[in-house]
Amino acid sequence: MNAAPASMLLLVSLLGLWVVIGFLGLIRPTNLRLVAHILFPLGAAVGAAIAAAAAFSMGSPTEQWVLGVGLPDLPAHLRLDPLASVFLFLLGAASAGISLFAAGYFRRGEGALPGLLCLQYHLFLAAMGAVLLADDAYSFMVAWESMALTSYFLVTTQHRIPEIRQAGFLYLLIAHLGAIGILLSFGVMQGGSWQFTFDAMRAADLPPGWASAAFLLALLGFGAKAGLVPMHVWLPEAHPAAPSPVSALMSGVMLKTAVYGALRVSFDLLEDPLWWWGLVAMGLGLFSALYGVVFAAAQTDMKRLLAFSSIENVGLLFTGFGLALTFQSAGMSAPAGLALIAVLYHAVNHAFMKGLLFVGTGAVLHATGQRNLGRLGGLIHRMPWVAWPTLVGALAIAGLPPLNGFVSEWLLLQAFLSAHEVPRLFLNMLLPLGTAVVALAAALAGYVMVKFFGVVFLGRPREATLKDAHDAGWRERLGLLWLAAGCVLFGLLPNQAISLLALVPVQLGILEPGATFGRWWLLDPVAGRQASYAPLVFLVIVLSCVVATIFVVSRVYRRRIRRGAPWDCGFVRLDSRMQDTAEGFGQPIRHIFEPFFGMRRELPRPTDLAPHYRVEISDRIWNGVYVPTAALVQRLALSVAQLQQGRISTYLVYSLVTLLVLLGFAL
Amino acid sequence: MSGLTWLIQVIEVLVALLAAPLFAGWIAQCRAVLQNRTPPSIWVPYRNIRKLLIKEAVLAEHASPLFRIAPYIVFGTMICAAAIVPSMGTNLPFSNAADAIALVGLLATARVFMALAAMDVGTAFGTLGARREMMVGFLAEPALLIVIFVASLISQSTALPTIADRLATESFALYPSLAFTAVAFALVLLAENARLPVDNPATHLELTMIHEAMLLEYSARHLALMEWSAALKLFNYACIGMALFVPWGAATTEMPTAPALMVAIPILALKLLVSGAVLAVAETAFAKLRVFRVPELLATAFLLAVLGLLVHLLLEG
Amino acid sequence: MSTLPLDLQVLNAIAALFLLLAFAMLSQRRVVTLVKLLAMQAALLCAATLLLAWRTGETHLYLSALLTLLLKVLFLPWLLNRLIRRLGVYWDSEPLLQISGTMLVGLLIVIFSFGLAQPIVALASTATRSGIAIAIAVVLLSFLTMITRRKAMSQVVGFLSMENGLFFGAMSATYGMPMIVELGVALDVLVAMLVLGVFFFQIREQFDSLDLHHLESLREDQ
Repeated sequence: MNAAPASMLLLVSLLGLWVVIGFLGLIRPTNLRLVAHILFPLGAAVGAAIAAAAAFSMGSPTEQWVLGVGLPDLPAHLRLDPLASVFLFLLGAASAGISLFAAGYFRRGEGALPGLLCLQYHLFLAAMGAVLLADDAYSFMVAWESMALTSYFLVTTQHRIPEIRQAGFLYLLIAHLGAIGILLSFGVMQGGSWQFTFDAMRAADLPPGWASAAFLLALLGFGAKAGLVPMHVWLPEAHPAAPSPVSALMSGVMLKTAVYGALRVSFDLLEDPLWWWGLVAMGLGLFSALYGVVFAAAQTDMKRLLAFSSIENVGLLFTGFGLALTFQSAGMSAPAGLALIAVLYHAVNHAFMKGLLFVGTGAVLHATGQRNLGRLGGLIHRMPWVAWPTLVGALAIAGLPPLNGFVSEWLLLQAFLSAHEVPRLFLNMLLPLGTAVVALAAALAGYVMVKFFGVVFLGRPREATLKDAHDAGWRERLGLLWLAAGCVLFGLLPNQAISLLALVPVQLGILEPGATFGRWWLLDPVAGRQASYAPLVFLVIVLSCVVATIFVVSRVYRRRIRRGAPWDCGFVRLDSRMQDTAEGFGQPIRHIFEPFFGMRRELPRPTDLAPHYRVEISDRIWNGVYVPTAALVQRLALSVAQLQQGRISTYLVYSLVTLLVLLGFAL
Repeated sequence: MSGLTWLIQVIEVLVALLAAPLFAGWIAQCRAVLQNRTPPSIWVPYRNIRKLLIKEAVLAEHASPLFRIAPYIVFGTMICAAAIVPSMGTNLPFSNAADAIALVGLLATARVFMALAAMDVGTAFGTLGARREMMVGFLAEPALLIVIFVASLISQSTALPTIADRLATESFALYPSLAFTAVAFALVLLAENARLPVDNPATHLELTMIHEAMLLEYSARHLALMEWSAALKLFNYACIGMALFVPWGAATTEMPTAPALMVAIPILALKLLVSGAVLAVAETAFAKLRVFRVPELLATAFLLAVLGLLVHLLLEG
Repeated sequence: MSTLPLDLQVLNAIAALFLLLAFAMLSQRRVVTLVKLLAMQAALLCAATLLLAWRTGETHLYLSALLTLLLKVLFLPWLLNRLIRRLGVYWDSEPLLQISGTMLVGLLIVIFSFGLAQPIVALASTATRSGIAIAIAVVLLSFLTMITRRKAMSQVVGFLSMENGLFFGAMSATYGMPMIVELGVALDVLVAMLVLGVFFFQIREQFDSLDLHHLESLREDQ
């Protein structure tokens, strides 16, 4: 075990601190106050420290450390380079806000002991950190599996409900299918040296066929964890089943570790991507983006809506990833660097945005007990401390300037503008078409967010019990404000963030060091093109216009404001059932994108005495791919089960035959 | 940047602010003439705004602060958009801070806030209007982005004044891709500004409304600001169209002097007169579409824009 | 930025309009409008041939333009309109795919043809070689038009549009076909139209409608 470099030692000890905090919860497992008021905020502080350490270590050279633990001939290798630092920053910063929120959220044990929850939560965080630091296949897989296992226990916290158990099982199943893909990919990448360290994989020179196999296996494995269509079916089940802080962590951070894995394999471990790798990734990404957002528009459950929105954003991440790969394979380094920066920026943004939205829904769920959009409404009056930060998150995901979602979307579109220069035959025409799909997905995201925020927080309460809804406590407010501040800061200071993020393409050998992206207040990333964006100036001007308007109007035209009943075209008997339901708001999307949905409708007839309307939307991929595959596996299993006859003499025959065959081989 | 360019920037914003209701009034006059009615005075929109500003505002009891602040935000974003769109000159300092994609984002912000405000009061018509407006928006916005994309590919920039500048100062060339995208842009303009055949701006039938349904609960100064914003939005869209497709006549960077500005203002007025008349003709010639035909119209616009992109890559690349 | 001479720019513009008309035919349901679009397509073809004749100075192109004008712009649309009036088929029934789905497939076909034509365009030697890609796209789009229609009249229009596309392609690639070939093709098209006209009446007499799905009843097991 050699001497540990400073930042690496700091980060590893912070991760270890998370593990310690987790085990501390077991001292008094039923004591909620210890867990909620002391341990979770402590975990949040550790998260913030990790974020700071990772950000500061980005400028320093890559550090490596070999621990003494691990397999006899493969001790654990750890590595801290800019790519890992970016995702460690994401992990620390987002989890700080979410843990702060969780400190106020877990007021009663949710079916599990608080101490156990604390243990699983902090082990989950530590496992994600370990995935980001791992530098050999064994420690990576150990960390990956621990991540899957701890998150499984977190998802099935309320394990007494059968749907939640089923959701957890599906999650674990697909996580393991993905893990098999990743393991096989590592197996291919070691390229005959039988050394499973990442350094050996970097040095291995694979022929193109094997490299492609490794890439596809990695894409499959990491895509299953990230929720790429068609491996996405666990996401809409697992995210609603988990408690809200856990959903926030899974959506905000865990999906990004899968993106980290894909980036690590494609850009670092494999060299010289082939031309079609990026195309496959982009195709899957674009399809996932459209699929996710179209399904999100048709949901009636808050958390399922957000889960599908996560699928959309993962699709956008993989689209940018595929674009960067395509540019890299065509030798266009500046656009490849730009696309990679866009992917990293969007990953960081999404952690904050989606984390914020999920904790907002957690607060709503806590206050009202309702997840169904048809039973909510008008909560902005009762819960302003939740509503306004959630508005910031919703506007950010919709991609509105000057918040952070717009910056990553802008960067991605600027990268796409260089796509027509790719010297490949069909690619230079297909890639600009990708722009159209990205623009469509972004516009639909705005639709989905208006639906989400409008139905939950605006309007009138659809249930009488909603007037008892209570606002969030001070810890939850702190968590919400932290995440909202992240959204705003990353929107207003993109140049500072990009100057750090640009270190990643430089380290991966894509960009030349010293590439500049404009002045501190102006983002100007592309050399040959006049394209710039200055969010601070933008915000100042918009705000000054708004404030000036308010000032002029209220000074010059001083009139009172009188409150009265809503006009509604003179209709007197207005009640809360007359506003749009979630299904109603999603109906145009269902109508336009009908081929995507497997829809079953029951319409009332004119002669019905008690008319009712029922629409059931199911996932075509689930019905068309997963159900038949499961049936096939069941049939195979049943046919293999024939071997288990139950008679001793049959089993003895098996042993005899095996013995004879082995003796035959020895001849 | 010299003092003159800042002056041009401020003047452009003021001109847009003051001339937008005039533009709306001109279109109403043309429509009346085409429909064989006596045209209203061209100053009617100004009188409406003044009348509304001095009235007492009535707000619904349970309207949240979002409802009260939305008109100001919408108005503010429209003024900002006017600062980015080149109408008289193409040397706008503010366009370095926000390019055409940010302009589309600004318009999206206005749309989202209007929709949220409509959903805030919780009436049936408000939410109906919000839903329809977002439906129109999510198809129109990608089409607009692709149109800007094509123009950016031709002029190697995404800043709208730079695009206009380069298209105006280059030697004349026929661009079929711009022709396709011009048709797509015209359809997007009709859809986004709630004109026929997508939405009748003078209708009183609530079930057919898209834009007006979102304004039902506003009164007095809030309604005045919303109406002014709508006029400003139409003005901005007209100027975007002229900058992309008919950019000649504006004061370009080669001659950002006062005489060029003096020439640019009457040319702008002429362009607005002609485009207003063409818009009125288009509105009168087409019947209003059913709401669920509107996505087909916008899908046609989207496909035309993409076709323009492909034609550009093939014939002009 | 474009640096081509003006006549080539006009030819490019004509090619782009040609493509647009093919797309418009894909989405039209009224048969009368389809015939009008076909006539416009042939007019564009005539204009392009004239321009090319003026540019290259080859006289057989003038003859070809005259032939196109007489046959495809004047005679064939008149014949088709007469048939439409006599048969009474003014509207087409619901096409196979939804309009938006058809347009999407059409867009993919355009991308495919453009990509396919790129190496050919690189090899060809004429100045109008980018028209080859448009020609292939128009041929495939007309094929798609024929596939997604139910009435026989619309399918005939699709067939004629395909022929227009082929002609445009020949013109772009090799400055027109030899006169013999052109005259032969024109005669073939004329004869095909007359024969099809006779067929339409027979079909209508047999099934009382020109909806082609009635022809499906002519199967073995019936």
